[in-house]
Amino acid sequence: MRARPDYLAHAVLCLGVALFALPVWLVFAGSTQDSNAIMRGELSLVPDLSNLGVYARVLAHGSMGTQPVWHMLMISLGMALGVACGKIAISVLSAYAVVFFRFPCRHAAFWLIFITLMLPVEVRIMPTYAVMADFRLINTFTGLWLPLIASATATLLFRQVFTAIPDELVEAARMDGAGPLRFLRDIALPVSAANIAALFVILFVLGWNQYLWPLLVATNPDLDTIVIGIVKMIGVETETDWAAVMATAVLALLPPVVVVVAMQHWFVAGLTEGEK
Amino acid sequence: MATLQIQGLRKSFGATEVLRRIDLSLADGEMLVIVGASGCGKSTLLRLVAGLETPTGGRVLIGGRDVTALDPAARDIAMVFQNYALYPHMSVFDNMAYGLRIRGLARADIARRVEAAAALLGLEGLLGRKPRQLSGGQRQRVAMGRAIVREPKLFLFDEPLSNLDAKLRVQMRAEIRRLQRRLGVTSLYVTHDQVEAMTLGDRLLILHEGRPAQLATPLDVFERPADTYVAGFVGSPTMNFLPGRLARDGDAVALDAGPLVALPHPCAGDRVILGIRPEHLTLGGTDLTLTVDLFEPLGSETLIHGRVAGTPVVVKAAGVVAPAETVMVGVQPAHCHLFDAASGRRVESTGDMESTGNGTGNGTGNGTGIGA
Repeated sequence: MRARPDYLAHAVLCLGVALFALPVWLVFAGSTQDSNAIMRGELSLVPDLSNLGVYARVLAHGSMGTQPVWHMLMISLGMALGVACGKIAISVLSAYAVVFFRFPCRHAAFWLIFITLMLPVEVRIMPTYAVMADFRLINTFTGLWLPLIASATATLLFRQVFTAIPDELVEAARMDGAGPLRFLRDIALPVSAANIAALFVILFVLGWNQYLWPLLVATNPDLDTIVIGIVKMIGVETETDWAAVMATAVLALLPPVVVVVAMQHWFVAGLTEGEK
Repeated sequence: MATLQIQGLRKSFGATEVLRRIDLSLADGEMLVIVGASGCGKSTLLRLVAGLETPTGGRVLIGGRDVTALDPAARDIAMVFQNYALYPHMSVFDNMAYGLRIRGLARADIARRVEAAAALLGLEGLLGRKPRQLSGGQRQRVAMGRAIVREPKLFLFDEPLSNLDAKLRVQMRAEIRRLQRRLGVTSLYVTHDQVEAMTLGDRLLILHEGRPAQLATPLDVFERPADTYVAGFVGSPTMNFLPGRLARDGDAVALDAGPLVALPHPCAGDRVILGIRPEHLTLGGTDLTLTVDLFEPLGSETLIHGRVAGTPVVVKAAGVVAPAETVMVGVQPAHCHLFDAASGRRVESTGDMESTGNGTGNGTGNGTGIGA
């Protein structure tokens, strides 16, 4: 290690941080300024802290006739949790079956799951909508997240994780008398906790950012997610309350950040302490 | 505590026959070591007894009960794995208690058993630790503890010491032996290490390509190897083999290398292989002329590697030997082993059949090979 700081490396790092942080800062600064100033393109980088009341206003009442922001945040939270937990539950079980059980067409089953990688929601949106309509799940909260929980990516990931569990560990559990479900609960899941945490973060953000599907499946404003809400707020350009939009955008950013920060401790610890 | 019987056990993976007809019988409290080179089927045999593999044919009886079709957990056995296979996310206590919890023992019972095992193994202070916070030897002890707390009828050891360094291995070897004696649990122990096999087993089963080459006490195996494979496998450095032909009506062997070696007892046969251990060749004799390749001074003894008429020969001589181009060595006739050149099987001297050993007292421990 050299004692002299590496100025070039630090310069590159600072540039990277600025690239990521500046737009976010701009949104925050904009949220505290007069909407007309923003319309005129006079966006200052210095936030006007006396206007922070805009946050309380959008949280409680929304803007341009949308639901209150706290309500939309709750819908988004529910949807993101539903998507993340649902995806993890389904992919853990299917990966568990594919790795630990010998059944006919095991490989065919795995490849069938695998090729659904090529069928994201956007591609199968019509048939999925039709199925949801048949189940009478249009304009319901369940309809928001249920069709999104099948995940080939997560199945693939858990397959790799489970394959890495040493055979001897599986055999030791068999000698101890652990049945398949007990093995899953007591050993396979705890051993993969770090991977589950990491995947949860990714899937939560994915679920949080969904736009197209909620837009189609729920026309009831009560079910508007925060992402839909922001779009609705923009409305007609000249009448848009830009400060409210930006405040909402800042609020919409926070939950994923909280999840990432909270889980980061978990999965970094898991990855570094793990015994592989 | 129980007997173990293995009757006509066979295992094939596809077209490959891994084990061909194993018959075994272990007395109550006996420790049998299964030894052989890698790929000889020794681990498969252990896994068949454990129930982790399904046999192609044959039966396994533990304590007289046929367990061939039973799940591993229902066989009342415990296994110590090569990589310990400790549950990484559980504490030492939980690792040992897990099997007992599944079997539904009362909490107090579990704690009592785990604490007793921990005391026996010197793990008292470590019960709250995770496996990754333990040294190799401690993990090994935890794996033993996990087996002990189940109070099984049968212990299975699958090369439990091969991941430890040499010093620890010697220490744990003695510990396993003491523990097994003290608990008196019938045990099967698989290893590829012949020293481990010799020191641990009441009896040894030497497997060669899925066949039992010899089943006998360690000393019997050493002193009366059933064939050239066993003879070459047991003992270090490995036994020297010199091809030759019986001469003088079976009283001597005319080695292809030239000299005639007298035998203590007459033998029958024609083309033979004379086996002689390096420590049974003495410097200063007149039987063989050794062209020396290499001197290996080990302090208390010296290994001399060389050739006799093209055949590699090793001599183990006491003390320090001054290097030389050629050395003359003598063969101790009493320590010669004679094998049939074609089959590799031991040739018994015609007048020397009385000394078949049986060290374990249940009748199966004689010095001759079985199966084949």
